Amino acid sequence: MLFLEQVLNGFQLGVLLFLVASGLTLVFGIMNVINLAHGSLYMLGAFFLASFSHWTDSFFLGLLFTLPCCFAVGFALEQLIIKRLYQRDHLDQVLATFGIILFSNELVRLIWGASGLDVDVPPLLAGTIELIPGLGYSSYRLAIIAVGIVVALGLYIVIHKTRLGMLIRAGASNKETIYALGINIHLLYSLVFALGAMLAGLAGAIAAPMLSVEIGMGEDILILTLVVIVIGGMGSIKGTIIAALLLGQIDTLGRAFLPNLLQQFMPDNFAATLAPSLSSTSIYFVMIFILVVKPQGLFSAVGENK
Amino acid sequence: MNLTTKNYFNLALFSALIVLPLITENVSGGFYTLIATKSLIMALAAIGLNLLVGQGGLVSFGHSAFIGIGAYCVGVPLFHYFEDGTQWLANGFVHLFLALLVSGAVATLMGMISLRTRGIYFIMITLAFAQLLYYLTTGLELYGGDDGLSLYQRSEFPGSFNLESNQTLYYLCLGSILITLGFQYRWFHSRFGKLIQGARINESRMKAIGYHLYPYQLVLFIVSGMICGYAGFLMANFNNFISPDLLHWQHSGELLAIIILGGTRSIVGPLYGAAAFYLLEELLSSIDYTLGGIKIGEYWQLIFGPLLIFVVLYGHNGIYGFITGLDKPSVTPQRED
Repeated sequence: MLFLEQVLNGFQLGVLLFLVASGLTLVFGIMNVINLAHGSLYMLGAFFLASFSHWTDSFFLGLLFTLPCCFAVGFALEQLIIKRLYQRDHLDQVLATFGIILFSNELVRLIWGASGLDVDVPPLLAGTIELIPGLGYSSYRLAIIAVGIVVALGLYIVIHKTRLGMLIRAGASNKETIYALGINIHLLYSLVFALGAMLAGLAGAIAAPMLSVEIGMGEDILILTLVVIVIGGMGSIKGTIIAALLLGQIDTLGRAFLPNLLQQFMPDNFAATLAPSLSSTSIYFVMIFILVVKPQGLFSAVGENK
Repeated sequence: MNLTTKNYFNLALFSALIVLPLITENVSGGFYTLIATKSLIMALAAIGLNLLVGQGGLVSFGHSAFIGIGAYCVGVPLFHYFEDGTQWLANGFVHLFLALLVSGAVATLMGMISLRTRGIYFIMITLAFAQLLYYLTTGLELYGGDDGLSLYQRSEFPGSFNLESNQTLYYLCLGSILITLGFQYRWFHSRFGKLIQGARINESRMKAIGYHLYPYQLVLFIVSGMICGYAGFLMANFNNFISPDLLHWQHSGELLAIIILGGTRSIVGPLYGAAAFYLLEELLSSIDYTLGGIKIGEYWQLIFGPLLIFVVLYGHNGIYGFITGLDKPSVTPQRED
């Protein structure tokens, strides 16, 4: 029972990671830009939701307002800064987006204050659902998993079945050619970036009721997300899904069961110190191991020569 | 040596750094000496990282780990010295030896694995290593875990000098920087340096000529890590405090920002970068101007963030690039791959 519950928790963390990572990996795969400020968009999503749901007195109305706002912020960010970074090396990209992090953290502190905000779980989803007899599970967490599945399917359909998706895939493999074919690649880039920003904002917004909305939440998830896209292979949606779910499980199960597991074959007090640090580092061990075996990640969509 | 503009600037900078504590020691109770010392330590770490970034073209996003390692190599022995009074554990030479040894060992391991990757993957894997070490240090319950550890004294150097004086620490940092820069200057005019620079400019061509670059880049990585470890040794002595925060990835970002601000292509660049970075931090956060009830100085990163972006976008090789640009026209940086 406990194990099943933890697996579901891991699945839910994996879904959140996927929502944030999908935008980041698309931006990297198509524009070849590494965007550290992606975590800030996640944070903004959470803060927007906190304010909007407070004003409208409804979580869902708040979410409805949050998404276009995040899209707009992403679009503006791309127009103002990111588009000037496409031709630059990764060092410049890392630093310019690091500058965006500093700015946005300070801006959030200015607007919302330094202390965190709390968001209530919407009453509709506040209860638990009995999945199998004896296992009640939070319906809000189930809803998050559902949102993740819907977004993953939606992204799959958009990328593989629509004209926009075709252009995105073409842009990832050869941007000069589709530019020469008369496609407005700059608009395409802006749209992809804004879409990624919106997904990150969505993740932040739906994560908000489960944690305290505070400055720095963006950086925490950013690092996890970077691990996800590196393991999954930059630019690959399929790899991102697999890596996100994998990491969600490793992280959650590690935190839940490692302490007991270690106690089986070492002294208690030693296990008690080792377990927390081992479980919070487990995903980095996985990442290092995968990069040693496959330096390009599991499913890299970006060619060798990029 | 011909006296071009940049040589005048370097000469002026070093002269200023030498006389600085003599002036600031009597202003605000030596507060500015402390600021200057912190800048020098970060400059030293940035110089170490710039070996890798500027000369080798390998962007590591995990060098704060080495600062942390160096600092813990001071803090942990001192902690045990306070606990049971074993005299040799307070000895600075022991701390120094440990800092160099451990940071060198970790750099060897980290470099061996990281150097199998390039570009964005290299950035990410170094970051992952730093995070790993960050969480490991937060798990060190004996040494304060998350909260860190206060040190009640600095490293002792029996028979040589007393580090308790802030001025001595300052001159130790400055001296270390001068020696490091001198060593680096010689090193990068040697065959080794040419190889490393060749690998930065065109790695596949260097391989085609027949060089096996991996061992050279590994040595570069190790030396770079050890310099940062040494900076960590100084940092622990400066702060009288160690905590996992030293290993936080934002400090790696800070080091890269210093390098970019100063200019990557010069070995002196990080020194200008650190000076600019901490001067700006002090200046911006002391702005007393109030706008609509908001004290601007309290939110100085609102100005600093965009400034950093501006320098990256339009800076053309940072401050040092600007200084040397006074002599010759600058070139727009382009991606080299």
